[in-house]
Amino acid sequence: MKGKLFNVFNTIGKGLKLTLGHFFAATESRTIKPITDDNYFAQKSGTTTIQYPHQKLPLPEVGRYQLDVEMDDCIVCDLCAKICPVDCIEIESIKSTEAIGKTSDGTTKRLYAAKFDIDMAKCMYCGLCTVVCPTECIIMTDTYDRSTLTLNEMVYKFSDMTAAEAEDKRIALEIQTAERLAAKQAALQPDRNTE
Amino acid sequence: MNFYLTYVLVATALFAFTALFTLFALYSERKISAFMQDRLGPMEVGKYGSLQAFADILKMLQKEFIIPSAADKILFTLAPIVIFVSVYLGFAALPWAPGLSPSSLNLGLFYIFAILSMETIGILMAGWGSNNKYALLGSMRSVAQMVSYEIPAGIALISAVMISQTFNMQEVSIKQGILSDETILFLGIWDVSSIGGLLAWNIFQAPHLIIAYLIYFIASLAECNRAPFDIPEAESELVAGFHIEYSGLRFAFVFLAEYSMMFLVGMIGVILFLGGWNTLLPNIGSVQLAVWTTGIGWGIFWVLIKTLLVVAVQIWIRWTLPRLRVDQLMSFCWKVLTPLAFLCMLISGIWRLTMM
Repeated sequence: MKGKLFNVFNTIGKGLKLTLGHFFAATESRTIKPITDDNYFAQKSGTTTIQYPHQKLPLPEVGRYQLDVEMDDCIVCDLCAKICPVDCIEIESIKSTEAIGKTSDGTTKRLYAAKFDIDMAKCMYCGLCTVVCPTECIIMTDTYDRSTLTLNEMVYKFSDMTAAEAEDKRIALEIQTAERLAAKQAALQPDRNTE
Repeated sequence: MNFYLTYVLVATALFAFTALFTLFALYSERKISAFMQDRLGPMEVGKYGSLQAFADILKMLQKEFIIPSAADKILFTLAPIVIFVSVYLGFAALPWAPGLSPSSLNLGLFYIFAILSMETIGILMAGWGSNNKYALLGSMRSVAQMVSYEIPAGIALISAVMISQTFNMQEVSIKQGILSDETILFLGIWDVSSIGGLLAWNIFQAPHLIIAYLIYFIASLAECNRAPFDIPEAESELVAGFHIEYSGLRFAFVFLAEYSMMFLVGMIGVILFLGGWNTLLPNIGSVQLAVWTTGIGWGIFWVLIKTLLVVAVQIWIRWTLPRLRVDQLMSFCWKVLTPLAFLCMLISGIWRLTMM
């Protein structure tokens, strides 16, 4: 009984001492260091809050946060959309009538991206798309805070074509296909005649 | 006519005080708890978040009164008023300085205790009227707890009253300082009537009152539903207890009552045990510290400082100790505090007869 009573006061005292210690230590606050810093865990006392919009933890240059697409390097192969586990990438491609150009690693571009949307609200940041991309044009960046007022704004549109341009390309493709078909049929026609 | 005007003025001043104190306590509680947990607490509204409490109240004022469709509308609407008014009326009998007391009742302490018990009814009304299982459970716990803890609290107070021989809060205060007509004996041996200060406080006139004060302090924590006795509003089990269904101004009133109650119970303890508005500093020879620091302004200052310190300790305890279980709460009250309080009362009687 005596020991128990002593234990009660002892533990209450210990607890009160602990909280009071932290209370008075709160005059200091933690200095913001990147995680790579050797002294990152060195500070044991003081407040640890990072007042977020005003203060930010420094990030390494190669962050793995929001996706970004370098459209000049994209060959619109659709691999990223296929591998995406949550189907957040939507791509609509139009075949080009001729080779459009070359990406920075020398691959020839033959498709236009009429639509290249990534829904960041759905994205789970697995990074699979960056792995499969043959030209390494889809990458993760160090941007992590892009708050928006509406959900629609979470869909990032990377396609650099306007709707009119896309329509032009589509019509051009149709004309080319029709021409080729006509040429093919024209090529076939004389054979039939000779029969 | 002037007579009534004074009444209204005093009542308004007291209400303004409780409201201001609540805002201040709200902010300081958030800050203290934050610092104890190595956080910063509110920082955005005003310098160091100092206007946060005003922003919160402004938000509450704008909110809609929601009455659940299954609630008992009369009880639900009346409960916050009963809860707040019963605490608020308690302030009527508390002395602030020599000659400054809203009402110098002969049965002051008795009145305060009676009126504080009414809060229990308000809480039960809130819990029952809400028609919500959490609210009902919370209020049942609250009532069980408050009714039980009133016994050790009351008896601990009675042991102080036995030393002072009066229920009048103003006279209790007078009898603990240099303004007293009677001789004051420090620990029952040394005449400190003209020295005053710390040495003349009730807890030093009769040292067993230190234990009585501890009992009263613990019981008062339970009475204002503060941690570690906050099982009526146990956030983790009952969400918010009896005030779960309240919104807007009604919730604000429940909150106001809770914080005013903290101040009220703190101040009762201060008056009965810690010298009330009497100064901390004794007269030392020709350095008449006690004489210099006694007066109306000083009285308000001392009573405020002492009570705010007690409230700070309440907050400190809340953010340190974990919540008790219901059975632990009850056995602690009935098996530890109540017998100890009775013992204190017995010693008070003997002390009064033999030492004073």
